[in-house]
Amino acid sequence: MEMTGAILLLLASIVFLVSALGLVRMPDVYNRIQTSTKATTLGTILAMAAVAFLHPDWTPKLALVVLFILLTNPISSHVVARAAYFKRVKLSDRTVEDQLKDKLEG
Amino acid sequence: MNVKAVFLTTIFGFLLWLGLTLQVDPYNMAIGGVVALLLGGIFGAKSSWRDLKLTPRSILAVAIWVVVLMIEIVRSTIDVMLRVIAPRVRINPAIVEVKTRLKTKTGRLALASSITLTPGTLTADIQDDRLYIHWIDAQSTDVDAATREIVRKFEKHLEVIFG
Amino acid sequence: MADQIVYIALLIIALSIGISMFRFVKGPSIPDRVVAFDTAGIISISVIVVLAHSFGRLIYVDVALVYGLLSFIGVLVAARYLDRGL
Repeated sequence: MEMTGAILLLLASIVFLVSALGLVRMPDVYNRIQTSTKATTLGTILAMAAVAFLHPDWTPKLALVVLFILLTNPISSHVVARAAYFKRVKLSDRTVEDQLKDKLEG
Repeated sequence: MNVKAVFLTTIFGFLLWLGLTLQVDPYNMAIGGVVALLLGGIFGAKSSWRDLKLTPRSILAVAIWVVVLMIEIVRSTIDVMLRVIAPRVRINPAIVEVKTRLKTKTGRLALASSITLTPGTLTADIQDDRLYIHWIDAQSTDVDAATREIVRKFEKHLEVIFG
Repeated sequence: MADQIVYIALLIIALSIGISMFRFVKGPSIPDRVVAFDTAGIISISVIVVLAHSFGRLIYVDVALVYGLLSFIGVLVAARYLDRGL
């Protein structure tokens, strides 16, 4: 029981490490948002599951934290991406197409 | 008076109270029940819950949607991990336009959030029934093809839930 | 044994907060900094919950919930400010 929780927590920490690395390695804001949102969502779910294994009586409250993260995390990434786009933060040079720009200008 | 929305808001508030306090004695449950009923009565009728359909089919669809979402979250994290760890970052980004058949605001919000949690896609803007999606590894820039690729797997469940 | 693994995991999580702070400092644009801050905030929620486990106090999980709520609102306000200037 304890061992399962600890290993899940180790897995969560590796996922968090990847999200932070993605934040450094990706070339523009939008790609950084992508990596950080996805990895932190799964990382939080894993960490809460780990603590639920360590303290089974806390499970309902940890489930609330997971629900909360699932609701807010995509919204905050969406909002930041939108703000970045309308603030005209440049897309990376490797971007192949931008249909939103065509729409706004055309 | 929207009975369904009031009912759902009350139930949700009560479960939230139980989860936050973690005590199941009658006194605590009575307080939570009264406050949840009060809040449900005041705010329930105009809350987002009124977009939700409450039929056996839609409850089943919620269950399937949650399972699909969980699988997609795991898949997308593995996908992101492979991209980040690769020696040369492997990306081919584009912003593509897709269409949705969903009518309600809550349904579109759920769709946008689901898309953000799937591998390699991020909703950047919504204008009426058009979603603009930043795709980290664009397969095609045609509207219909992109819609089939990104939107369909969630839309068919969300259509049953929200209509 | 399980405790040692928890400590190692906490160290790795602290390292990832450090790496995202690097992006926060370097950043070139303001949305970059907002994203880095948001990531560090969500990672800290997990840190707080793990600390709640280490101290054996359930009430610290509430701290994590409130912290998450406040950082979410903070990101919304920052994005709204960038978009239209409050």
